[in-house]
Amino acid sequence: MTGRMRLPQGGLVKRDETLSFTFNGKSYKGLAGDSLAAALLANGVHLVGRSFKYHRPRGIVSAGAEEPNALLQVGDDPRTEPNLKATQVELVAGLKAAAQNAWPSVDFDVGAVNSLAARFLPSGFYYKTFMWPASAWKTYEHFIRRAAGLGRSPSRRDPDRYDKTFAHCDVLVVGAGPAGLAAALAAGRAGARVVLVEQDHLLGGALLSQPGAAIDGKPALDWVAEAEAELAALPEVRVLKRTVCHAAFDHNFFGLVESVTDHLPQPPEQLPRKRLWKLRAKQAVFCCGAIERPMVFADNDRPGVMTASAVRSYINRYAVRPGRRAVVFTNNDSGYGAALDMEAAGIEVAAVVDTRPVPAGPLSERAEALGLRILSDSAVIAVEGKKRVRRVRIAELDAEGKNWVGAPQVIDCDLVANSGGWNPTVHLFCQAKGRLRWDDVHGCFVPDKAMQWGQHVAGAANGAFGLGACLREGAAAGAGAAADCGFAEASSAAPQAENHDFLPGRWLWLIPGEQPLGRKAKHFVDQQNDVTAADLRLALREGYSSIEHVKRYTTTGMATDQGKMGNVNAIGIVAEALDRHLPDVGVTTFRPPYTPVTFGIFAGRDVDDLLDPVRRTPMHAWHERNGALFEDVGQWRRAWYYPREGEDMHAAVNREVKATRDSLGILDATTLGKIDIQGPDAATFLDRVYTNGWLKLGVGRCRYGLMLKEDGMVMDDGVTTRLGEQHYLMTTTSGNAAAVLAHLEDYLQTEWPDLRVYLTSVTEQFATMTLSGPNARSLLAEMTDADLSPGALPHMAFTPGKVAGVPARIFRISFTGELSYEINVPASFGMAVWQALMTAGERYGITPYGTEAMHVLRAEKGFIIVGQETDGSVTPLDLDMSWIVSKTKDFIGKRSLTRADMAKPDRKQLVGLLTSDPQVVLPEGAQLVEKVLPQPPMPMLGHVTSSYWSPNCGRSIALALVKGGLARKGETLYAPLADGRVIPCVVAESPVFFDPEGERLK
Amino acid sequence: MIESYLRQSALDHLGLAARAGDAPAGAAVIMAEKTLPAAVNLRGNKENPAFAAAVLEALGLQLPLEPNSVAAGDGLALLWLGPDEWLALAHNAPPEAEAQLAAKLRAALGDLHAAVTEVGESLACIHLAGPRARDVIAKGCPLDLHPRAFGGVGHCAQSHLAKTGVLLHQVGPENNGAPAFDLYTRRSFSDYLWRWLEDAGREYGLVVVAP
Repeated sequence: MTGRMRLPQGGLVKRDETLSFTFNGKSYKGLAGDSLAAALLANGVHLVGRSFKYHRPRGIVSAGAEEPNALLQVGDDPRTEPNLKATQVELVAGLKAAAQNAWPSVDFDVGAVNSLAARFLPSGFYYKTFMWPASAWKTYEHFIRRAAGLGRSPSRRDPDRYDKTFAHCDVLVVGAGPAGLAAALAAGRAGARVVLVEQDHLLGGALLSQPGAAIDGKPALDWVAEAEAELAALPEVRVLKRTVCHAAFDHNFFGLVESVTDHLPQPPEQLPRKRLWKLRAKQAVFCCGAIERPMVFADNDRPGVMTASAVRSYINRYAVRPGRRAVVFTNNDSGYGAALDMEAAGIEVAAVVDTRPVPAGPLSERAEALGLRILSDSAVIAVEGKKRVRRVRIAELDAEGKNWVGAPQVIDCDLVANSGGWNPTVHLFCQAKGRLRWDDVHGCFVPDKAMQWGQHVAGAANGAFGLGACLREGAAAGAGAAADCGFAEASSAAPQAENHDFLPGRWLWLIPGEQPLGRKAKHFVDQQNDVTAADLRLALREGYSSIEHVKRYTTTGMATDQGKMGNVNAIGIVAEALDRHLPDVGVTTFRPPYTPVTFGIFAGRDVDDLLDPVRRTPMHAWHERNGALFEDVGQWRRAWYYPREGEDMHAAVNREVKATRDSLGILDATTLGKIDIQGPDAATFLDRVYTNGWLKLGVGRCRYGLMLKEDGMVMDDGVTTRLGEQHYLMTTTSGNAAAVLAHLEDYLQTEWPDLRVYLTSVTEQFATMTLSGPNARSLLAEMTDADLSPGALPHMAFTPGKVAGVPARIFRISFTGELSYEINVPASFGMAVWQALMTAGERYGITPYGTEAMHVLRAEKGFIIVGQETDGSVTPLDLDMSWIVSKTKDFIGKRSLTRADMAKPDRKQLVGLLTSDPQVVLPEGAQLVEKVLPQPPMPMLGHVTSSYWSPNCGRSIALALVKGGLARKGETLYAPLADGRVIPCVVAESPVFFDPEGERLK
Repeated sequence: MIESYLRQSALDHLGLAARAGDAPAGAAVIMAEKTLPAAVNLRGNKENPAFAAAVLEALGLQLPLEPNSVAAGDGLALLWLGPDEWLALAHNAPPEAEAQLAAKLRAALGDLHAAVTEVGESLACIHLAGPRARDVIAKGCPLDLHPRAFGGVGHCAQSHLAKTGVLLHQVGPENNGAPAFDLYTRRSFSDYLWRWLEDAGREYGLVVVAP
């Protein structure tokens, strides 16, 4: 036997499959098919936690997603997850669960002293207590964080895998109860692509807990089994079990979380633990059912007080007796269902307490016929027993139901099954901004009007509580949704069943207690957040009359609960206190997620190596083999420097820089953006996007260009070459290639559609290698058939040719100030050509240099790097580059350059900077001041943008943006550093530190 | 003089040839690199009948005008990429094929305003096929690949797959009924995309095969 409270027969559990598990360190046995809550109850465990604020003992209340109390910590660190609802956790062998919010144990909890201090923890407690003094918040926070909070986060990284996927369908059906199954069948039969989502691992919804129900003349679960088989056979239908539709976004976009392996004792290694479905549906049918509403009565949170439907679930689905002697407390017909099921299962029903003066309805009648003791026009006014219900006191109600009259009677019991009516589960409908209306007869909010196209609600979620109506509405909604997607309605008739709902009802929002409200006993409205009816009244007394304010002030319906159990009761109590009609109070906003989702699903597989693409050049493997360290440039991974044995970065970079100037360096420059430009208006186009003139560039010639944004700020730079009459090749900075292409396409398509120009990205068509240094020509000449003589190929010129037998484009351009050739070869030949150059270059001591050496070489020449010397707020004038800004033509950004602000003398301008001590290298980013004050703040003039040791100059060099810098040449500025050092430096006459005449280019 | 056998495909560094086997019967997903495609990007004005005529003359293919459709011929496919952009593709072609293809187009187009650009070197092609191929792609691509939405064989689309841009070309089913796709991405992203796909296909038992 698995638990002393297990019924000898019945249920949907597998009696031959016993599973061991532990709760709070103690071992128990359950059955396959149990929820964790069912298995605990089967072992007689009701007490599962302590409440959030008062640390009151709490028991299992429900059998579903609405559970407010049984929030458990499941699994061992780091696979531990907090706040799992025991009612939703499928029992697996070896499962370990523990109560939260209780220390040292649920039986004896230190925090329970909060109960004694209850009147010091009123609603708005946090706002009232921790506001003053503001400086003390850091102290308060420390304690609040420790005392509040449910559960513990894992202490190490999550070892599991998570997955994400996009999905599409014609019809999404949420919920596989009778309405959902009928909807999915109708839509599926019509041929629509259907996704049916069910949070449970079994289809059937409420039918799983109602074995007596019949559909089409057969047991309802037989019908469910047939429906499941038929859906499985329909090729366009996908049934997702153990999947919660947690979010409804605009335009029928939904978030679903599928639990893939949590129910497996040994999850296969290749499977993700959970999967996020990002589903786009054409139509959606919400068949989410309804959640039974508890009644708000004195000490209604004692373990052993459950909803009537939960009692039915535990008996019928799990074959578990939630108690031995029960009192049913109801205000409608459905409470009697629990009474009848308990009677049948051998649980003594001591009494059915009914607030209605005249119990009526089919179940009430059957209970009456069976001779159950029914106390009409009565209510439970007190519950005794701290860790478990021991007895209740019952009294008659007055005509309004606001007070009790006469002498209370006492009934011993260990279980109170209560029903306060039903609330349609409208969360997704409302997340999608659907509008509700109040149904006075059923005493609940029901969907009124969907605000998104193609959304339907069917069954109990729509206020159609009878089984027959559920099936009818489901079938109609499914067929209608399919028809709206263009699938002819199938002719099959809707399944038939009896149609009873839970009427009549007497809706009382607050059951009177023995003492005035707020005295001694507590009437809980929201057990998860420990909010009582008295808290709501207090909030109203303090002036919060909007329900949204009441919610925030009292925290009712917040956090993982999202108003599943208490919201309508809260609204009812507020309405009564304000003497307003309930719907006039309104509902709070429904927000995703419906139930909590684990963070892992949002990361999915975008972790570690797959977090972001690493872009590799064709020569990447060579760099790796030759010991390069790499640097991220956008998504590119570029060789940074190539340290030799015993070299640190400084030594390696110095060697690479020296070797390049002394003889020959080679750089992998593949990452430079390349845009192929063709068309008769190409020159005009370039003339408009660059600041300088392009109309006179000859074929085979290259020109440096600066590109501005509309605001006049430098956006990009690069060399563009005229390859043919109407054919140009633009290069861009590595990190900016895609942005520049988008910028240019934008202008072509929207501003200048008349220009006959086509752009094509060819960045990756070529492997690019730069030979730089006095021996560059000598080496290349050995390898090519092209004429490299200065007359044939001067500086800033281009020639096609073959390099090592491979067709190539050779550009004589230089970013180092040395004689340089940029060679483009087809990408697939990149590695072979590189290796050929390395081999042939040995005699010149050819030295591969990385991005760091490149930076030093260009800084020695005072060449800027867009994104380093510029930051989106720097104009060409700020860079002292007015020589490249045309006065005679228009270009993007030109008008902005004429604004008065651009001519202000104190704009930050780019200057060279030389430290007074040549050995000291300024840190990049260092702030510059005119005068050092004893402590910050002090007026800052600008900052260092680039700073290196220059082995060719034999000293440190730097570039900086300095207010009015161009007028400060020769001035001494200071860089006060965080470590207390102050570095004096002089604004240089020119930022060109090496070969200012450009002799070496010749 | 560098011989053409020294050309390296985008995924050369992964040593896929050594890993690739024959596709086992019933494999849910198979994956291979189709190395060194030849490709020419074509821009032009479809309203100009001379343009379509020139393309037909050069390639022997009708210019596809239906968005995301493909005209396929003997060893050559012409993919619609945009209202004024197409991609001519050939596989298993010699190194000079791309330049020849471009030259043929340029010659036929003459003075028409059009752009012919060789781009095959910039592309990597990953072939993904099998009953679960769509599920693998759906993990990172927001397109609906269902035949009713995508159009099935002979259709293509540009989208993103995980964090890379891709051009999807559905090339199967031909005989065995399972869908087959050629996924083109920029060469530098192919290492990431290949590893991402292998990881995504792991739960279905993805098998690396020879192309």
